[in-house]
Amino acid sequence: MAAIETFYDVIRRQGVTRRSFTKFCSLTAASLGMGPIGAAKVANALETKERTPVIWMHGLECTCCSESFIRSAHPLVKDVVLSMISLDYDDTIMAAAGHQAEAILLETKEKYKGKYILAVEGNPPLNEGGMFCIDGGKPFVEKLKWMAEDAMAIIAWGACASWGCVQAAKPNPTQATPIDKVIHDKPIIKVPGCPPIAEVMTGVVTYITTFGRLPELDRQGRPNMFYSQRIHDKCYRRPHFDAGQFVEQWDDESARKGHCLYKMGCKGPTTYNACSTVRWNGGVSFPIQSGHGCIGCSEEGFWDKGPFYERLTNIHQFGVERNADEIGLAAAGVVGVAVVAHAAATAVKRIVSKNNDHSA
Amino acid sequence: MTQQRISRNGAAEVAPAAAPAVAATGSAGVDTPNGFRLDNSGKRVVVDPVTRIEGHLRVEVNVDSDNVIRNAVSTGTMWRGIEVILKNRDPRDAWAFTERICGVCTGTHALTSVRAVEDALGIAIPENANSIRNLMQLALQVHDHIVHFYHLHALDWVDVVSALSADPKATSALAQSISSWPLSSPGYYKDLQTRLKKFVESGQLGPFKNGYWGSKAYRLPPEANLMAVAHYLEALDFQKEIVKIHTIFGGKNPHPNWLVGGVPCAINIDGTGAVGAINMERLNLVDSIIDQLIEFNDKVYIPDIMAIGSFYKDWLYGGGLSGKSVLAYGDVPEHANDYTDKNLLLPRGAIINGKLDEIHPVDHRDPEEIQEFVTHSWYKYGDETKGLHPWDGVTEPHYELGPNAKGTKTNIIELDEGGKYSWIKAPRWRGHAMEVGPLARWVVGYAQGKPQFKEPVEKVLHDLGLPTSALFSTLGRTAARALESQWAGYQMRHFFDKLIANIKAGDLATANVEKWEPKSWPKETKGVGFTEAPRGALAHWIKIKDGKIDNYQCVVPTTWNGSPRDPAGNIGAFEASLMNTPMVDPAQPLEILRTIHSFDPCLACSTHVMSEDGQEMAKVQVR
Repeated sequence: MAAIETFYDVIRRQGVTRRSFTKFCSLTAASLGMGPIGAAKVANALETKERTPVIWMHGLECTCCSESFIRSAHPLVKDVVLSMISLDYDDTIMAAAGHQAEAILLETKEKYKGKYILAVEGNPPLNEGGMFCIDGGKPFVEKLKWMAEDAMAIIAWGACASWGCVQAAKPNPTQATPIDKVIHDKPIIKVPGCPPIAEVMTGVVTYITTFGRLPELDRQGRPNMFYSQRIHDKCYRRPHFDAGQFVEQWDDESARKGHCLYKMGCKGPTTYNACSTVRWNGGVSFPIQSGHGCIGCSEEGFWDKGPFYERLTNIHQFGVERNADEIGLAAAGVVGVAVVAHAAATAVKRIVSKNNDHSA
Repeated sequence: MTQQRISRNGAAEVAPAAAPAVAATGSAGVDTPNGFRLDNSGKRVVVDPVTRIEGHLRVEVNVDSDNVIRNAVSTGTMWRGIEVILKNRDPRDAWAFTERICGVCTGTHALTSVRAVEDALGIAIPENANSIRNLMQLALQVHDHIVHFYHLHALDWVDVVSALSADPKATSALAQSISSWPLSSPGYYKDLQTRLKKFVESGQLGPFKNGYWGSKAYRLPPEANLMAVAHYLEALDFQKEIVKIHTIFGGKNPHPNWLVGGVPCAINIDGTGAVGAINMERLNLVDSIIDQLIEFNDKVYIPDIMAIGSFYKDWLYGGGLSGKSVLAYGDVPEHANDYTDKNLLLPRGAIINGKLDEIHPVDHRDPEEIQEFVTHSWYKYGDETKGLHPWDGVTEPHYELGPNAKGTKTNIIELDEGGKYSWIKAPRWRGHAMEVGPLARWVVGYAQGKPQFKEPVEKVLHDLGLPTSALFSTLGRTAARALESQWAGYQMRHFFDKLIANIKAGDLATANVEKWEPKSWPKETKGVGFTEAPRGALAHWIKIKDGKIDNYQCVVPTTWNGSPRDPAGNIGAFEASLMNTPMVDPAQPLEILRTIHSFDPCLACSTHVMSEDGQEMAKVQVR
């Protein structure tokens, strides 16, 4: 067999010592409840196993998720693609086209049955027999279901695959449909956002390849590690919100001083995402930092939740004496968003479960 | 599903000749009004999906017994309906919806949209906002062109596997002979080759799997291939830096934030809270990125184009409409709010029938100029011999295959171009099919005799030893994009300096809020906004009624380039560009990819409006 560049090779090349590697294996084994002999098993697997094949398919979408993915700064996307996974099919960057491209799908299904990750960007339209999105002469939804059959797990990239996004906004003329409404028997990890943050995307992929399991998900199927807190909870403008210092109109004195954008329609208080912590494009900024309110792009149905600039502008100003949590709750209450309860079940359970309920 | 499924649908599958689908086809074919002879009597070759593009595209061609393409059919195979979704929404939100038309040219639709709304409402933006918008738009041009060349197009010219047999020392010598780019030592190339070898030997080729490696259509020596692969990876690292300009001013990329009336980021360089606004640190970051991208263009992108081009300079196919009919709207206003020809740094004009000495003015408001046809598109008009101006656009979807198509409605084997065959409409300028994009812009600028376009073009042609006619080719399209990336970098330097000078003079304004509130708007109004997206001429037409969007139409670059035939039988730019190209092996459609990719197709953008049940959208009275 030809020399495989294994996960072990990759991390050694990136400067990880043998000693650290062994320690990592012990910890991983312990955290997976594998007992003392587990470490050797983990080490053996990481030293010999092939890179996980990833099939990345595109339905109705704008390719912003792919574009975001290639912006990843840590890890660099070239390292992800060359060393961490085997991105065997991705319409946007693959060399092959047509017949030669389609042949890869069949080969992956047969050779890596149950072992590949299906990453889906965009969603299938169901109107017109599915022919609003034609792929290889057939409805995209058929290809999606066909490749899902033998996948280990599915990653729903972005708001399109997770919730439907812009083409599913009212009146949804194509009947664009989130993928968990057409695939019911596989674990689906939703990584919402329009697009998701690059490092969150590579973080999800490398979590799976590093720890050999799926991340812990919330009730809506999102990884807790990146989606369990609101933008508002960690927003650096939060003290201005608490102090009642708000931007009242674009480019006013408050805008120049970096006050809170809540009155300009900011959806930070009702949006679960990592923007205010991880930030964007290598940590350079995020929407609120650059002066525009959050539009809530990682939330379900955000396009139909009213105009971006008006929804929350009529609330009364908060005084400095008010308690921050009280205000936060009031704000969330205004738009009727409940705090999301997080499911205790781990993703490991999900992956073995044949009948996951993704209707939440 | 079975292997049969794959092979039956498979692209590049060679099938027997279809029955003649174009009217009056004989063995010698039929002549189109725009000067092409179509003959579909040969073998039919299907490529679906066309990869390394944005969205979904299918191409079918007929090749004769010498494997020369004699008929070409391009089909947009997706439709999303953004414009109908916009109906009845707040015009100030439209930029966010339309920006999601494309995540690749991310931002340019948003800019077009805010311009359309500002035009309709009569909003003037501050000078700083103009400079910042230009910086964002130009950063997009550079980013898009670099990613397009290295990641979507280069593999049509570069054989990755051949790079394994390169001599790293000779590669280093080659790289140093064309550029002073520092990453060019023998050790650098040796390390890269080692990594590449391990990658290929692993048997898991990832995105390079099933490429056409070893095809005779590849012409670079191994050393040039290794250099190009190195730059593929370097460009992948570097492109993420360019977009930080969007992140600074717009908060994120893809899909930065924009604002009707200006830009959302405030400027504060002195006072309390400056750290939360555009301040000296932010400006320095923009400044350093501009330096880097100018260097990358000068030392990597342009030298690569020249080096790779020199091995392909007799592969001058793919000109299509570029030497006949091209269209540019112009963009990058020097001063805010002035969209006249003389104030736009990118040129505007239409050239028809190859008459470079006659440049026609372009008016987006004239109902006789830009019109869309649906005779061969999956939409319905009352009278399909006529076109409609976007302000009066109608879109009623009507999905059906032509009588000579093979397969069924949900399992297309071969399309019938004699009937309806694409989700893309056919826009025409005074009835002419037009090419748009970097080459179109540069041909217009060249024809206008503007030195900033004419001189670089002449230098490239001179250095490659090619005549002017060589510009009208796949290679010319690819070279024009590189020249434009370089041009855009220097314009960014200009607008950055201008922004600094304006701030220095005491002007901190970034937004005009006089007409922010809908109650200040007229009851009914309409507007048009235009830009030059990386892929070409882009415009949005909006009608506003009672503070809401009443109609919204986008005619986008790929609608122009990827258009199907029109009622007169004119073929679109993609189709024209494929005509008469010889293929080395029709089972490996490298030549088709090469030329189609040179347009940088974006299929998500070529969407159109319809109502939910296919009803005609209400017509509106205009004031």
